[in-house]
Amino acid sequence: MNMCAALMLFQHAYDPQAPVHGAPWLWFSIIKILVVFTVLMVTIAYLTLAERKISAWIQDRHGPNRVGPRGLAQPLADGLKNIMKEETYPSAAYSPLFILAPVMSFIPALITFAVIPFAAPLPTRWGLVDMSIADLPVGFLYILAIASLGVYGIVLAGWSSNNKYALLGGLRSSAQMVSYEVSMGLAVVSVLLLSGNVSLSSIVSSQVKTGWYFFPLLIGFFLFLVAAFAETNRLPFDLPEAESELIAGYHTEYSSMKFSMFFIAEYSNMTTASALLTTLFFGGWAVPFWTTVNTAPWHWWKTVITLVCFMLKTGFFLFLYMWIRWTLPRFRYDQLMSVGWKVMLPIALAYLVVMAGAVLALDAAGIAPTARLGGFLPTYWTLLGVLNIVLAVLVFVVLDRGRLVSPASARVGPVELAELRAMSTRRPAPVQGD
Amino acid sequence: MAYGFVYQFLFYLFGLLGIASAAIFVTRRNPVAAALWLVNTMFCIAALYIMMDAQFVGAIQVLVYAGAIMVVFLFVVMLLNLGLPPSVADIKGKGARILALLAGLVMLAEVLVIARQKLPAELPWLPSSTNITTPITEPLFRAYLLPFEITSVLLLVAIVGAVVLAKKRS
Repeated sequence: MNMCAALMLFQHAYDPQAPVHGAPWLWFSIIKILVVFTVLMVTIAYLTLAERKISAWIQDRHGPNRVGPRGLAQPLADGLKNIMKEETYPSAAYSPLFILAPVMSFIPALITFAVIPFAAPLPTRWGLVDMSIADLPVGFLYILAIASLGVYGIVLAGWSSNNKYALLGGLRSSAQMVSYEVSMGLAVVSVLLLSGNVSLSSIVSSQVKTGWYFFPLLIGFFLFLVAAFAETNRLPFDLPEAESELIAGYHTEYSSMKFSMFFIAEYSNMTTASALLTTLFFGGWAVPFWTTVNTAPWHWWKTVITLVCFMLKTGFFLFLYMWIRWTLPRFRYDQLMSVGWKVMLPIALAYLVVMAGAVLALDAAGIAPTARLGGFLPTYWTLLGVLNIVLAVLVFVVLDRGRLVSPASARVGPVELAELRAMSTRRPAPVQGD
Repeated sequence: MAYGFVYQFLFYLFGLLGIASAAIFVTRRNPVAAALWLVNTMFCIAALYIMMDAQFVGAIQVLVYAGAIMVVFLFVVMLLNLGLPPSVADIKGKGARILALLAGLVMLAEVLVIARQKLPAELPWLPSSTNITTPITEPLFRAYLLPFEITSVLLLVAIVGAVVLAKKRS
């Protein structure tokens, strides 16, 4: 009898569809921090294996296949090796910052993931638990702010090593990251125009209602993608550690676990950037064409399905990162700067003006973001998407005139072909046994 | 009760850390180390903003001051002092030191004057909503649009000035 009353009181106090609060909130937050941190670190460890396997696949090799079944224990062996190796301290290094620098690049890289919503909210007996560590109301601004701190680790590593190559790498990276941060921020403003809010969970929920943003913001997506590659120092933007000219750039003087921390920071940044691309432009955890799963009332199986969906989308972008790394050559430094300031920034600014005008015009025409053309196709989404395709043609074909985009894919002209053939006939044939 | 205590503790902790970092910042001989202590101060101020529920200002504080302006500072400081002993970069003149002291006293007097001001009894209460940017953008782009645009012209002038200065050298 008493039990029954207590149970009723209990159920009255905690509605599974209302946000969790109080002490359970604290416990759930701690659990989420531990689980997300562990999953992220294991993912990063296996990303190093994935990178090597994918590079092997692209270059028609086997890749690491000796440790464990099909090389699956390779990350463990790498981790053990990095811990056991000797740590070297250059005698001329400024040691406080030399030790601090890997930490300063490691921590921002890991804590940016905290605001990303990775699944639909989970209803428990204590209330609805958000599937992100902290759904901050400043959402995306938090990511920009913390990511902008990551540059300190790299710059200070370069400076404190007291090594010319390391310093050049550090300076390059700071110039690069500051330059591309601007276009990255501007590209995202167009997302904020459509969603009307900076918190990532509301960006996801508005994409559930109005359709994913990659189509109505096609150019914004491309700008963000390129800037994300530059911000994470991945090829074709890995100038800070260009091994052909700078040995290893900012981490030339680092060994063992301190080197490994830079490595972990890079892969962690990649993971966050992929998750962010998913969240901002590809609907986050939303499952395509399945409204039941993406909307309330929540259930645990919805959380599981959306989590898998989020992982698949993020995994695709991680694969894209590796695919591009093993496909494209590195930019020259002057090309990098001119792409950043003379191409990306003007396009981002002009695009923002055009999109703001288009959104204003659609609002003035009285088209609601949720209105659907013929009951199926979202009107708003389609109109903006068509506008973006027109803009994309303008940017990639008319404005570019084959300078940036086509060299990677275009056919070689007859004159160039003749030159290349002449070069190959001049070169002596390789001697057997060389 | 417990939450209030933790809040107070963290608030004073960040305040003290900020002041301590500022003090260390002005006493360092190595300019790079000094710049980093200043970054720490900026970070503590951002933490204070966030604890006072001004999350947007806090995020912008980190983004603009710690993430952009101080990176450029560090960049310049690193390049200027390459290969020079740290003592070269110090301000040596007595006149400069006295001027700095006077400026500091003026600032201190300002802080004391501001601290004596009474706050208006009825502070505007912002409705707590999930959208953090609206309370800032509404006045910025409606009531105070003209001052806002004039500020942007000021920034434009600064950019043009920087370009002119850079062109003169070559």
